[in-house]
Amino acid sequence: MTLKKNILALRQKKAIVEKGGGDKAIEKQAAMGKLTARERILALLDANSFHEYDLFVEHEERNFGMEDKVLAGDGVITGTGTINGAPICIYAQDFTVMGGSLGLKHARKITKIMDHALRMKVPCIGINDSGGARIQEGIGALAGYGEIFYRNTMASGVIPQISVILGPCAGGAVYSPALTDFVFVVENISKMFITGPNVIETVLGEKISQEDLGGARVHAEITGNAHFYALSELECLEQIKELVSLIPHSNQQKAASVEPKAPKSKKNIENIIPADPKQPYDVRDVIYALTDDSKFLEVHELWAANIVIGFGRLNGETVGFVANQPMYLAGVLDCDSSDKAARFIRYCDAFNIPIITLEDMPGYLPGVDQEHAGVIRHGAKMLYAYSEATVPKITVILRKAYGGGYIAMNSRHLGADFMLAWPSAEIAVMGPEGAANIIFRKEIMEAEDEDAMRQQKVQEYIEKFANPFVAASKGYIDAVIEPMETRDMLLHALEVSKNKDDYRPAKKHGIPPF
Amino acid sequence: METEKQEFVDFAVTARKYKTLLTKKYQNRKVWVNPSAFEIQSIIPGTILEVFVNEGEVVKEGAPLLILEAMKMQNRIEMPFTARIKSINVEVGSRIPKDSLMIELEAVEEE
Repeated sequence: MTLKKNILALRQKKAIVEKGGGDKAIEKQAAMGKLTARERILALLDANSFHEYDLFVEHEERNFGMEDKVLAGDGVITGTGTINGAPICIYAQDFTVMGGSLGLKHARKITKIMDHALRMKVPCIGINDSGGARIQEGIGALAGYGEIFYRNTMASGVIPQISVILGPCAGGAVYSPALTDFVFVVENISKMFITGPNVIETVLGEKISQEDLGGARVHAEITGNAHFYALSELECLEQIKELVSLIPHSNQQKAASVEPKAPKSKKNIENIIPADPKQPYDVRDVIYALTDDSKFLEVHELWAANIVIGFGRLNGETVGFVANQPMYLAGVLDCDSSDKAARFIRYCDAFNIPIITLEDMPGYLPGVDQEHAGVIRHGAKMLYAYSEATVPKITVILRKAYGGGYIAMNSRHLGADFMLAWPSAEIAVMGPEGAANIIFRKEIMEAEDEDAMRQQKVQEYIEKFANPFVAASKGYIDAVIEPMETRDMLLHALEVSKNKDDYRPAKKHGIPPF
Repeated sequence: METEKQEFVDFAVTARKYKTLLTKKYQNRKVWVNPSAFEIQSIIPGTILEVFVNEGEVVKEGAPLLILEAMKMQNRIEMPFTARIKSINVEVGSRIPKDSLMIELEAVEEE
């Protein structure tokens, strides 16, 4: 009889705490167009798979009236569950409990679930919806943030870490997402900044809205802090499920294999690229023509659109794509695109995902702003990332491969395992016009008709060098293939490189240019 | 992405022009302007606490021009070289953004 009574008491106690901040606060959350922390977890995880930890944890602050305050779960829900059957650890800050503010116990619940994820070698997903540090707890809150950042860093490259921004995430709080692998944002809901609009206005007199300063679109398109952008919370949760299905769940595993499927893209791969090298096309059409079921999960779709990165499957196995995008800025490399690609390459390398590089790039973006923004060190990140990577590295040169960009886009010289080129490839030290102007400068200047002579010399250069065969004759290209053969060739290359073993000198860690 | 609304433009990378779309960030980039030694600009946003000089006055190199308080630090802005104050575009209490023109100088003839 007593046990029965205790069970009933437990149920009652749980029901109260599970209500978070209570009905009024929940109504307010809904009025902001937001799900509650618990609703989010349940919508993301497989039905009935969520198991909560630390439901009864309470804060220990005794100052500023906090001694009388009861905060359900100390404002954060933590636990384990599954996504499409795969186990994960998760935490969700509960905005209905004192604005989801982070105190020491709140942080310790998070670090506990992070430690758990790292030991169990399962992904850790954090849903952020918090007004920031709980000021009443003073440096206890700061200690909490620091302990989270430390664990983010320890887990980096070991287990996937995913941050979901579903509310405000300001001040020090933004650094945990920034340290994780993927950041998801939702239009009108996500807000991230180091110093908010109020501080900026007080100190500087600059007026800006939260949305314009650090809204979802800003981080997805301008800063690159967010990797995935959605219009609703539910769309965002679907994106997370798709990502989790594509990536390995620790650095000791491979991504789950699925039933291989042929591409279903209707576009003929031979007709995607215009004959005129000055005309653009969408390089994603090439990716769709290659991947299983023509599926491709693009990362950083809006930011630095001049390079495309993301995951797809070939013969049922996950691969990462890095592709120049002639549709935007002619597909040049610049600060942002180098930064974007370099980090993705390192991600793939850390998690045993082969990298397929599709190359069509005219060079680096010229401009004072680029040089002064440090395009040298940003560009160098890409050289570093490709050279450092030991996963299978396959390059297909679709069209232009000029100059420094040719080297940077996973060339043979940086350790590519397979270098393939389409017959349309132009592998040269620079574009024909530029090269002819330099090499034949004297002839052009001395000619009676300079323009005619320039045209003639450009044409000569195009015929001689704007092709894949000069590079192929030196062994820098392994094979010149027809576009139709590309998918089969990639499948074969992946098959051959299954047991790839690559030597790297022993070191504590390298010093990449970041 | 919203490619439909945009138009392809000619975009020079080397000697060759490519048809392509521009990103928002590229369109909004800051165009480089060669800085003039005769323009004293704020290197940090902040508030003007004090102004020590007047328009028309000749000021010696190293003399204080004004105090710009920023991030709780009072920065003393000094005269870069001996010159005449052509115009002062701030007053005590002005809150100014970064890179705003505070004082314009003009050369003085050697005596």
